[in-house]
Amino acid sequence: MTDVLPSPLSLCLAVLLAWLTIGVVGISRPNNLRLTRQLFAIGAACGAALAVIAALSLTTPTEQYVLALGLPDLPFHVRRDALSSVFLFLLGAASAGISTFAAGYFREGQGTPPGLLCLEYHAFLASMGFVVLADDAYMFMVAWEAMALSSYFLVTTQHRIPEIRSAGFIYLLIAHLGAIAILLSFGLLQGGSWQFTFDAMREARLDPIPASFAFLLALIGFGAKAGLVPLHVWLPEAHPAAPSPVSALMSGVMLKTALYGITRVAFDLLAEPIWWWGLVALGIGLFTAVFGVIFAAVQSDMKRLLAYSSIENVGILFTGFGLAIIFKGVGMPALAAIAFAAMLYHATNHAFMKSLLFLGTGAVLHATGERNLGRLGGLIHRMPWVAWLTLVGALAIASLPPLNGFVSEWLLLQSLLFSYEVPRPFVHMLLPLGAALLALAAALAAYVMVKFYGVIFLGQPRESTLHRAHDAGWLERIGLIWLALGCVMFGLFPTFVLGCLSNVGEQLGFSGLELETGSWWLLVPLADREASYAPLIFLGTATLLVILTIYGVRRFYHQRVRLGPAWGCGFGEFSARMQDTAEGFGQPIRHLFKPFFDMKRDLPTPFDTEPRYRVVVGDRLWQLLYVPLGRLVQLAANSVAWLQQGRIASYLLYSFVTLIALLALML
Amino acid sequence: MNVTTWILQVLEILAAVAAAPLFLGWVNQCRAWLQNRNAPSVLQPYRNIRKLFHKEAVIASNASQLFRLAPYIVFGTMVTAAAVIPSLGTRLPFTRAADAIALVGLLATARVFLSLAAMDVGTAFGTLGARREMMVGFLAEPALLMVIFVASMISATTALPDISERLATQALGLYPSLAFTAVAFTMVLLAENARIPVDNPSTHLELTMIHEALLLEYSARHLALMEWASALKLFNYACIGFALFVPWGAAMQQTPLALLAAIPALALKLLIAGAGLAFIETVSAKLRVFRAPEFLATAFLFAVLGLLVHLLLGA
Repeated sequence: MTDVLPSPLSLCLAVLLAWLTIGVVGISRPNNLRLTRQLFAIGAACGAALAVIAALSLTTPTEQYVLALGLPDLPFHVRRDALSSVFLFLLGAASAGISTFAAGYFREGQGTPPGLLCLEYHAFLASMGFVVLADDAYMFMVAWEAMALSSYFLVTTQHRIPEIRSAGFIYLLIAHLGAIAILLSFGLLQGGSWQFTFDAMREARLDPIPASFAFLLALIGFGAKAGLVPLHVWLPEAHPAAPSPVSALMSGVMLKTALYGITRVAFDLLAEPIWWWGLVALGIGLFTAVFGVIFAAVQSDMKRLLAYSSIENVGILFTGFGLAIIFKGVGMPALAAIAFAAMLYHATNHAFMKSLLFLGTGAVLHATGERNLGRLGGLIHRMPWVAWLTLVGALAIASLPPLNGFVSEWLLLQSLLFSYEVPRPFVHMLLPLGAALLALAAALAAYVMVKFYGVIFLGQPRESTLHRAHDAGWLERIGLIWLALGCVMFGLFPTFVLGCLSNVGEQLGFSGLELETGSWWLLVPLADREASYAPLIFLGTATLLVILTIYGVRRFYHQRVRLGPAWGCGFGEFSARMQDTAEGFGQPIRHLFKPFFDMKRDLPTPFDTEPRYRVVVGDRLWQLLYVPLGRLVQLAANSVAWLQQGRIASYLLYSFVTLIALLALML
Repeated sequence: MNVTTWILQVLEILAAVAAAPLFLGWVNQCRAWLQNRNAPSVLQPYRNIRKLFHKEAVIASNASQLFRLAPYIVFGTMVTAAAVIPSLGTRLPFTRAADAIALVGLLATARVFLSLAAMDVGTAFGTLGARREMMVGFLAEPALLMVIFVASMISATTALPDISERLATQALGLYPSLAFTAVAFTMVLLAENARIPVDNPSTHLELTMIHEALLLEYSARHLALMEWASALKLFNYACIGFALFVPWGAAMQQTPLALLAAIPALALKLLIAGAGLAFIETVSAKLRVFRAPEFLATAFLFAVLGLLVHLLLGA
């Protein structure tokens, strides 16, 4: 950086301020839809700028400012290091695509006026940026709460619908449970110095026991935001309720701020993580991954399906996180660096692919007004742009080469595979089995994506109204193309990405990645293992072979094609009701993983004149955990209620007793 | 890397593509002998493919571009996989493009496209086949990866050619862990290639079919490519098995002569493997669809046993 240019940190702050300004301008004309759309487009440009700044600043040294804002004696501290830059990049790049899409997406009659929506949306973006830049607990919590609140209002955009209000309530509740845990964790992290800047926390050097408590509290707190089981229940409620660009932002970016938080606490503030923390995170992560994907496979609402798929990916992220701690804790730096880089890589990948899929469902929702998979189908004919671009996201999230999801999955498997060298008895036998679970999650993700894509876009339209579906507008297409391009590029050039991420790890005390330099097209993460992967060659060869085959077949044989109706299995009429429904596609999963589900079935009897088959799959955790917990809270509230006698004399007595007690405490 | 190695690489790919239907023909012939039937010629798969190429393609009127593109993608992916697998030589340049895990990913890509194409027309059998194929896929993939993990733990790498070389050059000893994983791999091979006991390749229109249900809407050149791709898939799986469990005989130099010398070894292994496959198919009965998970869970358990044996005994 030359002296002429302002520092990256001030540029990032300028972008965040620009987002806030856009929000304020939006609210000044709350009902002007045209202005709002233009503002969203400007917001997208800001996002792209942020992505560029963050990407360029990955290798620049850490910077710190003390802002002249905040409470007296408690100013806001901001800091930008390589880890923040990764997450700022993710925020900027994903929001550029999402905001462009949103510029063409929001219409009248969404419940909340467009100008207000614009304010909430951009405040949400800016607060996520501030979370990543915060350098003291006070500013972090302010930004964290601003993020929770702005997203709550965005989730309840259509607040006239009761289900959406209750979804918003669950979201807010769990967000605050998490916030309390984070606050407590910060309380432990300051280690008796009562200084809440992150610098003081780095200096604190906690003993193992308080450090472990701080870590576990942070895991609960950030896990609640990320959607780790059993705190995942808000995700499948909030995501379908929110408008699609908001779901995309929440799933693609907001969940990653939780990952950022836990990474900051474990590797930066606590500096020396203990290896068994990693085991806890890994266990929860793997369970979450498998749990999420199994539930995704039985959903029949497309946005709920994606929400569960996000839970799966959060599980994968925490698996990588746990692995990085284990390897770091037992002194295996090369593998720790790989696991850490794989985690960050997967976070970036997921931001692109999940945003892409959520925006795809948004386009479908606009075109058809339907979220239920059972009423969709055959949309590839009516909306080819959305269909083909969504296919990229679906293949990427199913972790298929040569797209981006595969690279991070591959790196994780590579590091997990060599975990048998961990010098701890039994653990080294269990860890390779974790690789099998990860592989199961990835293979099930492919199942889920075939269901998702096949039922929505392929087959015959299940409703006659679908013939009137229209493709997405040009702004929406640009947003989708941007995200799809991200999926492809991050898949094809892993060496560049890892080269950047290696620097992030080094700043946090990991060893650098031993990438084989000189061959930018060939990824060799562990030089001594000789495992290599060359996605570009993969894609090139496969494409070449496909073209050669097409050409060869045309050259040597005829190309005659006759179109005809498909065979209706001898039933005469070939109808859309013959194809599998979403429920049908979930049937093997319901059968195989029965103990996971809380299933209610209505089966027809032979004597029904109008036979109906219905199956409702619920989450057992509701019955096992949340309902008893709710009852307990109710009981506690009832027992406290006798204090509320409604007589002014007793309330005065309470105040008096409190005063006396406080005085006694002080003296 | 010089021109010769690349020419050899191309020749190796062409050989694999050309030999795949022959291997299928050999399996079918052995099976017919074992079942006291008149055996078809080993060249029968070629004749079928040739016949199909000459026919006029009939496509459902509501099929999308994806449906037409899928056979080419599936075929192209399988050929790419054939290039990555060290069937004749372990030092060919393309085997570096992917390790064993990436190879599993490549095979999964083919499966996903096959299933998506089956869902495209929207018939009852297509979607049914798609969901069953994906079910078998997600059960077989962890088992296959466990098999690969055990082999890569023994040789400390996930690169298939290196695994193969290290196992071939080590002193000829018994690896109990590899014995377990070999059983697991055979079971995965049967399931992934739609053989008995998971699926029956020789029947159509049974309610339990998987692979044939996927291809039901295809005809002519598209069907030919799909059939060829599935023959190639069987060939590829056999070669993965050889690389992991019987690596002897593959060329470890890049010279034309060494590769030429590797051909008889590979042919011999394929002859024995084909006969063995036919034998297994003859003596076992087709399972119900919902017994397939149990079958694959057993495969997975065998692989885990192999892993534990390796970790406990270090062998």
